Amino acid sequence: MSKNTEFVKFDKVDKSYDGKVLVVKDLNLNISEGEFITMLGPSGSGKTTCLMMLAGFETPTNGEIYLDSNPISNIPPHKRGIGMVFQNYALFPHMTVYENLAFPLRVRKVQKDEIDKKVDKALSMVSLSGFESRMPAQLSGGQQQRVAVARALVFDPAVVLMDEPLGALDKNLRESMQYEIKHIHENIGVTVVYVTHDQGEALTMSNRIAVFNDGKVQQLSSPDKLYEEPVNSFVAEFIGENNTFGGEVTDISKDVCKVKLQNGEILANPISVKSKGDKTTVSIRPERALINPKDKMDNNQTGKIEEVIYHGDHTRVRLDLLGNKEFILKVPNSSNELDLKLGNEIKVGWNSQDARALDPK
Amino acid sequence: MSSETKQILTTDGIPLEISLKKAERKNKIKAFLLVAPLLLFLIITYIFPIGEMFTRSIDDKMITNMLPKTFKSMETWDGKELPSEEVFASFLSDFKILVEKKEHGKLAQRLNKEKNGFNTITKKLFRQVKRNKIDETQSIKEQIMKVHKRWRNVEYWQAIKRTAPPYTSAKYLKAMDMYLNEDNKITQVSEDRRIHRILWLRTVEVAFFVTVFCFLMGYPIAHLLATLPMKYSNLLMICVLLPFWTSLLVRTASWMILLQQQGVVNDFFVLIGLVSDDNRPEMMYNKVGTYVAMTQILLPFMVLPLYSVMKTISPSLMRAGKSLGGTPFVAFWKVYFPLTIPGIGAGCLLVFILAIGYYITPALVGGASGTLISNQIAYHMKTTLDWSFASAMGLMLLGGVLVIYWLYNKLVGVDNIKLG
Repeated sequence: MSKNTEFVKFDKVDKSYDGKVLVVKDLNLNISEGEFITMLGPSGSGKTTCLMMLAGFETPTNGEIYLDSNPISNIPPHKRGIGMVFQNYALFPHMTVYENLAFPLRVRKVQKDEIDKKVDKALSMVSLSGFESRMPAQLSGGQQQRVAVARALVFDPAVVLMDEPLGALDKNLRESMQYEIKHIHENIGVTVVYVTHDQGEALTMSNRIAVFNDGKVQQLSSPDKLYEEPVNSFVAEFIGENNTFGGEVTDISKDVCKVKLQNGEILANPISVKSKGDKTTVSIRPERALINPKDKMDNNQTGKIEEVIYHGDHTRVRLDLLGNKEFILKVPNSSNELDLKLGNEIKVGWNSQDARALDPK
Repeated sequence: MSSETKQILTTDGIPLEISLKKAERKNKIKAFLLVAPLLLFLIITYIFPIGEMFTRSIDDKMITNMLPKTFKSMETWDGKELPSEEVFASFLSDFKILVEKKEHGKLAQRLNKEKNGFNTITKKLFRQVKRNKIDETQSIKEQIMKVHKRWRNVEYWQAIKRTAPPYTSAKYLKAMDMYLNEDNKITQVSEDRRIHRILWLRTVEVAFFVTVFCFLMGYPIAHLLATLPMKYSNLLMICVLLPFWTSLLVRTASWMILLQQQGVVNDFFVLIGLVSDDNRPEMMYNKVGTYVAMTQILLPFMVLPLYSVMKTISPSLMRAGKSLGGTPFVAFWKVYFPLTIPGIGAGCLLVFILAIGYYITPALVGGASGTLISNQIAYHMKTTLDWSFASAMGLMLLGGVLVIYWLYNKLVGVDNIKLG
């Protein structure tokens, strides 16, 4: 069975609410069948607008959205057959759990016994069997969440949209729900478009992540690639922790470039710099910079410890390094032979491969 | 262990329950003192007048106090044949006292209401008493019976006995166009005199339709108010509330200007050729005027509860309904509408109760066919001065409202009401 890689397709979609500002700019995005794709970005980046356009609650100002190769801009929401989980669940408060789940089936004129079967199945999928006659208000936040997921799936939609569905839950519940949703997706193979501003959520759940900023997709790739190989400084900054140096390229070859900082010079991996004289921001993940490196590394610097914060499994050390007073290091708790005291000078080294020279901020 | 769980002591050794009660008593007293002024105000201005109204509406003590001895001696009378000498004697002695106090006229009037013909025979008896023609050493029964043949008729003595109880339901029966006849049976008044029942029915009808019109117009407005962006909804809210800021009389008067035959609305109809100039429809001094003006005046009472309920309904619920496959109508009917029922209940109850007792507007624009029961109450309060009748009708109105409230509670549940 070959999967349709253009199951959902945004084709040159623009969206503006007021005719002055584009909320979504020239969006081109292909989502393949059965994929779990996450739209990640800060608030106001256009991700929810994209979801609403796909659901049919907003119309694209320009461009077209295709679902299974059919343009859907002129199809009203109730005919699109797209399931949706809302931020505040949007369970119907005057209906029982059963009636909530039966609603999409009843409007489709499904037979009564068929409805019973499907509701049963959907509830057992979210492990809420036996809760049929409860009212939504009698459920905890996590249970309501699961009912909302079951309701979005019960009528076997081709695509399920989730708009920050875990935003209102506490941290532990959010984590266990992340796995639960991920497993449901793996089991039934439905296409999921998930919107969140929580990068942890995006990284653990998705096949691919589209990072939104300023109405544009900044990077679309798998979670590991997104973290390890951000293509611009916004993505590097937004995903995970990040140490940056602003500077100017003084020498460039294929794999390595020299970047002159305010006080010092480092070697970096040229990603989005092309030639000498380009301004750049060099980004290094905290865990890639080592203290007193045993292996030979092509960047070796000395920094002064400004702050030490104990985090249990690791210790965060803030250094003043090459003029950057916010240089963060993560020291695993196992390496306790180090003398981490305020004011001490320590040696820090990293490979130029891990120092990515990106666009200037 | 078990004794410990039974009685827990505080650190100072006082049983916990007592200590808790003590601590809470202070709060209770404080809370009571806070509501005390309102409670007192309500008792004085609400409970007490209603009680007063009630006693006034059933009060029939006047005649009980006029003929105390007569009624006392009548207690043993079976009411089938003419009463005994003793009854006649005590009646005469009561009557003499009344003559001295010059209250015999009142007695005649009251008895005449009970049975026609008392006026004449009381006057005759009065003349006899005045001239001291009655000799108390001889049979008083014989002498009184000689005054007029009606005094020999047992029906008149039965009528006197009927007035004995200090309380009467006559006013209530009268408000329903009924009365107690000679046999103590509830009877309808003759057909051409049944005016109150028509008024009651019309009042309920007008209140019902005003509620329906208010609902039909208020629901979309409230929905718009709840969904529009703030700056527009505020403006619209002011438009809805504007009538509240104008005096009721001014509003009603402006409707008179608009609706009269030479009024603005009729002029407009003539202008656009809807009606001819010499055939202007009457829109005032009839039910149409009452409907139009009352609907406009009561509309805010429908809109505000609806608005406050609709404001709490998340727009994502309608979206969820649509995304799950419901057409906009299904999503509205199955999801949105059921959630607004508390507001509908509150609004309809409020408008209906206000409409059922409405007075000024129907009085000014209602004309003959548009007046309601409250206008009748006012008429008896101010013109005929039959306050007990007015009280009886007022209490019946109150009772009707309570019945509606009870019905509503049975059907929808008062807990579901949401006023804001």
